[in-house]
Amino acid sequence: MAESPTTSPDTPDDEDRRDFLVIATSTVGALGAGMAVWPLIDQMNPAADTLALSTTEVDLSPIEAGQSITVVWQGKPVFIRRRTAAEIKAARSVNLADLLDPEEDKARVKKPEWLVMVGVCTHLGCIPKGQKGTEPKGEFGGWFCPCHGSHYDTSGRIRKGPAPKNLPVPPYTFTNDKTVKIG
Amino acid sequence: MSDLNLKNPVLKWIEYRLPIFAFLKHETVDYPTPKNLNYWWNFGSLAGIILVVMIVTGIVLAMHYTAHVDMAFGSVERIMRDVNYGWLIRYLHMNGASMFFLIVYIHMFRGLYYGSYKAPRELLWMIGVVILIAMMATAFMGYVLVWGQMSFWGATVITNLFSAIPLVGDAIVTLLWGGFTVDNPTLNRFFSLHYLLPFVMVGLVFVHLWALHVHRSNNPLGIETKTDGDSIPFHPYYTIKDTFGLSAFFVIYLGFVFFAPDFFGEPDNYIEANPLVTPAHIVPEWYLLPFYAILRAFTADFFLYIPFSWLMSAQLAGVIAMFGSLLVLMLLPWLDTSKVRSGKFRPYFPYFFWIFIADCFFLGYIGATTPEGWRILGGQLGTAYYFAHFFVITPLLGWLETPLPLPESISAAVTKKGGDG
Repeated sequence: MAESPTTSPDTPDDEDRRDFLVIATSTVGALGAGMAVWPLIDQMNPAADTLALSTTEVDLSPIEAGQSITVVWQGKPVFIRRRTAAEIKAARSVNLADLLDPEEDKARVKKPEWLVMVGVCTHLGCIPKGQKGTEPKGEFGGWFCPCHGSHYDTSGRIRKGPAPKNLPVPPYTFTNDKTVKIG
Repeated sequence: MSDLNLKNPVLKWIEYRLPIFAFLKHETVDYPTPKNLNYWWNFGSLAGIILVVMIVTGIVLAMHYTAHVDMAFGSVERIMRDVNYGWLIRYLHMNGASMFFLIVYIHMFRGLYYGSYKAPRELLWMIGVVILIAMMATAFMGYVLVWGQMSFWGATVITNLFSAIPLVGDAIVTLLWGGFTVDNPTLNRFFSLHYLLPFVMVGLVFVHLWALHVHRSNNPLGIETKTDGDSIPFHPYYTIKDTFGLSAFFVIYLGFVFFAPDFFGEPDNYIEANPLVTPAHIVPEWYLLPFYAILRAFTADFFLYIPFSWLMSAQLAGVIAMFGSLLVLMLLPWLDTSKVRSGKFRPYFPYFFWIFIADCFFLGYIGATTPEGWRILGGQLGTAYYFAHFFVITPLLGWLETPLPLPESISAAVTKKGGDG
């Protein structure tokens, strides 16, 4: 700016006015740019049809005690196991102090017989084995992840291996005795 | 021209090894620009900006689009209904294409009026024509991706143009299709090329700007800048003028996007492609209509065709004329015999300039309507005039016309206030 305070129009007042205009213009411009960019970012979030797939209803009537089924919910496998009395007992007799991610079995089920959880290993996202009778169930009779050797018990809790957390329990409700709605 | 004085040590480190900041300052900030540019000179930067808008929205659309004949149409509808802001992004892209052509056509007509294609800017102009041709190819292939009825039948008609080539025509069309009709392989390659060509265009735009910055912008007086007084730095004078023009343009562009998004479109393209049913009336997008009219003008009894009828079919002549109507622009710097650039100093040129624009609009109207009755002859006369403008009127006018005296300099024209300046 020119340094001739008495004759130049660049008086301190004028500079304040100019600063105000620059800041106001830049602010409105930045807000506008942000608003213009937002749709370009938000388009990467799940689309309406993807969100519409966010609940899954499952008919439980064909499942016998000791059997498991895998259903798809939001593109992920959900394990549903109808646990035997022995499995429930094993899950409930564990000392919480022995667990890597201490959580009571009661807190993980709505009905002791039905264990519902997302079948994605909490280590790096593989699907643990143990759903079929022929598959390895790990040292604790639950599930075993073949990728990096994580063992889950009959409540789906991590017992041994690199995984940090128990298999997560999705939100679900029993719409009647034989039907469960996941999500 | 002030010297670059970097304070940031990181920038200094970079500048010492790669003088990019000095380059940018020299070419975009200090860049001396004629001080008399009017608003018609806004359209170059507008074209560059809309190219960026098209690339950004296009990359985003490609994240959701499926290039398969069974899924393409549905994936576009999914973008419109389900993807967050998908409707907005697609309408920006769709209307952006029309805006791009509108801007570029105004940019070109400005060049025609003020003689921006004349020496030493011939190559700059020719690169521009190449950009226009690349735009047309890109727009055509993008239109096919939607896989509506117009997409499919437009693709069929345009690819069949190549069948007019003697001997190898059919083989070329089969090669373009990757099959025996427009089908999935065609759609896939069009998607690939539609994604590629805009980046080729970015490269061409850089060469265009490079050539521009050698001899710098033409101006409404069409005379060279002679003294420092004739030019002003690009920044802030033209950055602010371009920003103002950009704001005005966005009002129009977004007006279409939000209030009339299908204004430029054809309703038939919201019907999924059906290889067994041709729509009653096929028209290309508006920006191709004049060229489409030229193509259709060539019937066996067209007076321009008869001298060539021993040599080729009317179909081939139409195809050659259509491509020729673009390529003739390449020859324009040599067809124009007038040494005076700006139409302001040419007493008769402006009349022919406006008649030529009217002819382009007229051909656009002919291209949009069915070729029946008087419109057949009308299209043929319009086509004949289009070529006559370049091959007869432009060379003759330069010989016959006596131009008005040119001002001594840009500054002189402003200060005297006597002439047309």
